[in-house]
Amino acid sequence: MKLRARAETLLWGAQRASAAVLAVCVLAHLATILYAVRGGLTAAEILSRTRGSFALAFFYGLFVLAVAVHAPVGLRAILRETFGWRGVPLDLGTAAFAGFLVWFGWRAVAGLFA
Amino acid sequence: MADTIDARIWRGGADGRFETFSVPRRASQTVLDVVTYIQRKLDPTLSYRFACRVGMCGSCAMTVNGKPRWTCRTHVARLEDGPLTVEPLRNLPRIKDLAADMAPFFDKWAKAGGRFVPSTDAEADFAIVEPASAERRAADAGIECIGCAVCYSACDLVSWNPDYLGPAALNRAWTLVNDVRDAGNADRLDAVAGDAGCHACHSQQSCREHCPKSLNPTASIAGLKRATLRAAWKGGP
Repeated sequence: MKLRARAETLLWGAQRASAAVLAVCVLAHLATILYAVRGGLTAAEILSRTRGSFALAFFYGLFVLAVAVHAPVGLRAILRETFGWRGVPLDLGTAAFAGFLVWFGWRAVAGLFA
Repeated sequence: MADTIDARIWRGGADGRFETFSVPRRASQTVLDVVTYIQRKLDPTLSYRFACRVGMCGSCAMTVNGKPRWTCRTHVARLEDGPLTVEPLRNLPRIKDLAADMAPFFDKWAKAGGRFVPSTDAEADFAIVEPASAERRAADAGIECIGCAVCYSACDLVSWNPDYLGPAALNRAWTLVNDVRDAGNADRLDAVAGDAGCHACHSQQSCREHCPKSLNPTASIAGLKRATLRAAWKGGP
């Protein structure tokens, strides 16, 4: 395939794959919240359980990564469709948005872990 | 039921207006019958397009009461109550009255790789295509398209992105992707990928809802999404 067609196709595939990951992550996240707060939960109690937990860091790290792939690809499609934006500025802008999501998302995960 | 039909007919090009005609009601009367009556009896300057009158050629599609339909097989008695409103197909330039310019629609068939590319020369024997094979069944599901542009007119994505190839062109490409005699898939999959191609489809299925032949272009487009992803993953066609 030509480079452009291949890139567009792989981005589409990445968005579908990240959607599948998100479906699992969102359900696990909601189930965990519902289970954990049954008897009330303070910030200190949350941190006592999350600090040093590699399982939590892996799960939420993956969650953030899936969001950072899924949302910018979708945003790119919406901007193209709604405003007719095309080309390199759109690609760079949405790539920067992906970077923003990864940076702040992983920073939050690190805050819970460390 | 009244003995006459109040038919609101689009007159002129893009800046035209509706003109109302009173047409006698008949048994088993189609919308094409109404339009033809107006042209033959009331106003010979009315322009419209038709050929076979039996649902084979795809020439007579128009917007009837806000929905794209084939007028030769659309019975007036089965439509909603109230005046009958007939306009040219949406998403295509209006030439005059009820005639839309079909050129952009068919140009996109070519852009989507809708031309058969033979894999053998004319000297070769007949290809044997097993009727029960997966490829043949996939091609069969989309092959009865009559090129009426009803799906193209029904598709919101075409109205949002004029470059979008549209359901019919992509459906045609999918039938060729599944044609084991064809050798053009490398270029074809390039042509149908991206935001003007199959990956732009929202799967809202308006094409399927309105297709007069009950085809499912959305399923064909989903097939193209899978085929392009396989090709992109491997790096080849």
